[in-house]
Order: sequence, then structure tokens, then C-alpha cells
Amino acid sequence: MTVIPSKFVIIVLCFFIAILIFVPFTGDKYWIKLVTRMMVLGMFAMSLDFIVGYTGLVSFGHAAFFGLAAYTLHLISPEETAVNLLWALPVCLLVSGTAAAIIGALSVRTRGIYFIMVTLAFAQMLFYFFHDSDIAGGSDGAFIYFKPVIVLGELTLMDLDGQNVLYFFSLVSLMFAYGFLLIILRSPFGRVIQGIKVNEHRMRALGYNTYIYKLVSFIIAGLIGGYAGFLFACIDGFVPPELLGWQESGLALVMVILGGIGTLFGPALGAVALLGVEELFRERHIFGQLSEHWQIMLGAFVIAVVLMLKNGIGGLILKIGDRLKGSVR
Amino acid sequence: MDWLLFFIQTLNGIQYGLLLFLIASGLSIVFGVMGVINLAHGSFYMIGAYLAFTLSELTGSLFYAILLGIPITMLLGFFVERFFIVHLYHRDHLQQVLLTFGLILIFNELQQILWGGDPHAVPMPAVLTGSFPLSDTLSYPVYRFFLSAVCLGMSIVMYLVLKHTRFGMRIRAGASNRTMIEALGINIRFLYSLVFAIGVALAGVAGMLAAPVETVYPGMGEQILIVSFVVVVIGGIGSIRGAFIGALAIGLADVYGQVFLPDLASVAVYGVMAGVLLLRPSGLFGRGT
Repeated sequence: MTVIPSKFVIIVLCFFIAILIFVPFTGDKYWIKLVTRMMVLGMFAMSLDFIVGYTGLVSFGHAAFFGLAAYTLHLISPEETAVNLLWALPVCLLVSGTAAAIIGALSVRTRGIYFIMVTLAFAQMLFYFFHDSDIAGGSDGAFIYFKPVIVLGELTLMDLDGQNVLYFFSLVSLMFAYGFLLIILRSPFGRVIQGIKVNEHRMRALGYNTYIYKLVSFIIAGLIGGYAGFLFACIDGFVPPELLGWQESGLALVMVILGGIGTLFGPALGAVALLGVEELFRERHIFGQLSEHWQIMLGAFVIAVVLMLKNGIGGLILKIGDRLKGSVR
Repeated sequence: MDWLLFFIQTLNGIQYGLLLFLIASGLSIVFGVMGVINLAHGSFYMIGAYLAFTLSELTGSLFYAILLGIPITMLLGFFVERFFIVHLYHRDHLQQVLLTFGLILIFNELQQILWGGDPHAVPMPAVLTGSFPLSDTLSYPVYRFFLSAVCLGMSIVMYLVLKHTRFGMRIRAGASNRTMIEALGINIRFLYSLVFAIGVALAGVAGMLAAPVETVYPGMGEQILIVSFVVVVIGGIGSIRGAFIGALAIGLADVYGQVFLPDLASVAVYGVMAGVLLLRPSGLFGRGT
């Protein structure tokens, strides 16, 4: 399994990053917001791919960590001033990471279909907790009135209230997450979890405590997922309980499949594609009356993707890369 | 707490548990025999409930609605199996989860188009509207007794069919070794379609029976689906006996949770699941994977 992206992949990714850097200069607020959402959800899908595609744990409750970080940001944000990101982000990550450790400790004991169902059930438990109780707005959702700022001493270095600031912060975070996960995958730890996906019995026979390795990779994914949730809460300043819901987890899995399982950069592109398709289906000029029921088309699209796309967008890019390499030789 | 009140809650718990069993057993059989994890199972429960609403308005009685609803849901199951589920038999769980997730999106939106977003109430049949007096102030509705009795009756029929008929034997054989019964010349394609249709009908009937007790609302399928998952996980996937015990345990845990820990009612169910998984990672009657 190659973890280091090939030259072709790097060129393609640089091309995408160049486009991303260009977007804010269009000045179109709607587009900037949409692309911010794409990047943040791309980061979320990437963190899910880390466990689905590399460790082989198909989690159907990944939205739990995403939503939990968003709710934490709401709970620690005072109503009349902005919270300092320098401590708010670590607190949100700590909550997501702790939740991932507890849920993971229980669910990693199970495997296959049990793992899918158990992670789903735990995520739903958190969903109902926030949906039914009134600690954070219940089913109406909660608001974050002032978005986080970075303050050092007296100096405000960054204010996420600015749309372009949040945009670039998300872009840097996405690139950071990609690099971070790549480094982990290239480390001895990363080799072990990839070994577990291929043959867990053999890894155990080699003397690895596979439970711990799986648990730690689950926690890492939860942390990055939480980071994405933190950013997502900053986009609209609104945290509905649906962020923890199973539809969110399901759509993240669709992004992973659409982008290509086990490619890491693919799921980020999958997020771009899925949100793009959703935007298209909602377009009144093209689909008319049907655009009100865009979820039907989204459902059909999901089914088509599952049935037809084996390796997703990422797989396609890798294939083209291989072709080009072959022709050079 | 008064023991009589406790008794009533226990009856409620058993009734909810039996209803859950109808849904979870379909989920469990479909997984056991066909190896398919079907997220859209909850949608069939919802469709059953909405069918009960429409058909009982048209025919004037819930009984006729159920009699009409059973063939309709079975046909729907047959159709869904032939067009979508067929593609999933040799694919991994992730793809099964996602395809059936896509089906849910479609079913939910169809429900919005056909019935809209308002909750509906379904009237009980006039024969069953009364209630049994238990003391001067407390009574228990006849319909809930009827509901429990029907669920229990269906469970017994299901047990007898599975244990004592040729068809049941094939289902059990399919659950323990799929390739082998194919090799023995059994028409596995038809068996799969039939099993799936029966599973859908079970969920549909559960929805129709529950319609007068619980309001019919959008999203009711998802809620019950997750709880059914918990039941199946507790009982052990593919085990009908496990699903029965798991369903009763969850039914009681849910009701007692609402009485004793009202703030954490929805968490109680998952607490039971976490406890079982700590002791037995593949459920009470699971074969282990």
C-alpha cells in the first residue's frame, strides 16, 4: 500500500489548492461560504477515511465527534464576547477525544457489522441527549453569537467572524490535517494499523496488541473529526442537534466512498463533489418543481455511486497517474 | 411507587418489547440469511404506519387496513429486493449500509410528497377502545392488550414456521451455510426474495399496529430502526431467540428508564447495550465473528 502520494497526485492537489486560494478573491459571499463548508466537511470525511480506509473500522457514528465539538464550542462561548481560540480549540478537541476514547473502548471490542451498529447506536445516544435535554437549546439548536478569536495579550491576531479569515483558516486546517494523517500513516504506528486492516490475526500473532492500535486510531479520527466540527460551528454560528445525527454520519461515509476509500485526499474531493451535487439538485432553474424534493435525487445519486463507482474520484486520479507514469517509461 | 403503577409500566414495557421484536426479527433474519444489513428497515415500519392511516380512512376500519396492508408491504419488499438489494449480496457491509441509506433518503422524501409533514392520529377500532379497570383510578387500555396478543401470536407462528416447516428449515439452513444450500439445489433467489418480503411485511405490520398508540409522524422509522439495531446487537445478529430476549430487555429498560430516570430515558437503552457488549462483544446469542 502506498501512502506517499505520487507526483501526479501532488500536482493535482496543488492545482486544487491554487483554485481554493483564488476563490475568496471573487468576493461572492455565497460561494466563499459554500467552499468553506466543502473544505470543513472534506476534513471531516478525511478523518473518517483514516479509520474506514486504513484501519478497516467502518464507523457509522463519526458525526458524534463532529457535533460534540460544535456543541462544546457553544457551551464554552460566552454570550456577550468572543472566546479565545487558543484555549477553546484544545477544549473542544479534548471533549471529542475523550468521547472517542470512551465510545471506542466499548465498540472496538466488536467487529464487522456489530461495529457499524454499535457506533451508530452510541452516536444516536448523544443525538437524543442533545435533542431531548435543554442544556443546549434542545431540538431548536444552539447559537454561537461571537465567533472565536485569537488573542495574545492585548493583541487580536485573528477573528473568525471575518468570512475570508475563516476561509483561509479552514484551508490551512485542512492541509494541516492531511499532512498530520499522512505522517501518522507513514510512521510505524501507521504501518501497524494498515496491517490490521489486511489481516488482524496475523498482526496479533506478530505480538501487536491490536485492540490498543485500533482504539488509538479511532481516537485520532475522533480528534480530527472534532476539529472539523469546531470549524463547522464557526461557519454559521449555529449548532443543530442534526450535526450529531446519523444522516451526517451516513453522508460522511458517502463522501468517503465517492472520493475513494483509503486515499485520504479522495474523501476531501468527495465532500466537494457531494456538496456540489446537492447544490445542483437544489437549483430551481434546472430541476424546477423537483428541486424542492432534492433528497430523492440525492438518494438516487448515493445508490448510483455505491453501485457504479468502485474506487471513487481518488481511485480515478491514482489510475490516471499510473497511466501517465507508464507512458513516460 | 405504587406496585400497581409498576405493574402497568411492566405491561407497557412488554408490549413495546413485543412490537420491537416484530421489527428486529425481520432485520435479524434478513441479515442472518442474506448477509445484508438493511438500514431501510425502519422506513418500512413508517410506511406501514402511514398505510394504516390512509387505508383505515378509506375502509373505515384498522382491521381492513391491516389485511390490505400486508400484501402491499410484501409487494413493496419484493420490488425493493429485486431492484436494489439483489446487488448487495456479494458486496461488503459498507456498501450495503450506503445503498440502504440512499433508500431511506428516497422513502423519506416520498413520504413528504405523499403525506406531507404533519403528524396524524389513527383511530382505534371501536371494539378495542375500552379499558380494563385495575383499581378505582387506574385502568389499562384494551388496545394495548390486543397489540401485545397479536405480536405474541405472530412470534409464536414465526417460531413454529422456523422450527417445524420445510420453509423454516431452509431459512435456518441459509443462515448457517449459504453456499451449501445453493449447492443442494434450492432456489436461493426466490428464497431471498421471500425472506426479504416477509421481513418487510413484519416491519409494516408492526407500524400498522403501532399507529393508533403512537402518532404517525415523519422520521418515526429512523427512531425505531436505531432501537431495533440495539435489540439485534444485544441478542446477537441472526438469532431470533436473541432478538426476542433483547427486545423484551430493551422494552422494559425504555419504560423503566422513563419512570425512574426521566432525564436520561433515551440513554438507558444504550446503557443496557453497552453493558451487554462489555460482557459479550457479539451479543447474548451471537456466534461470534
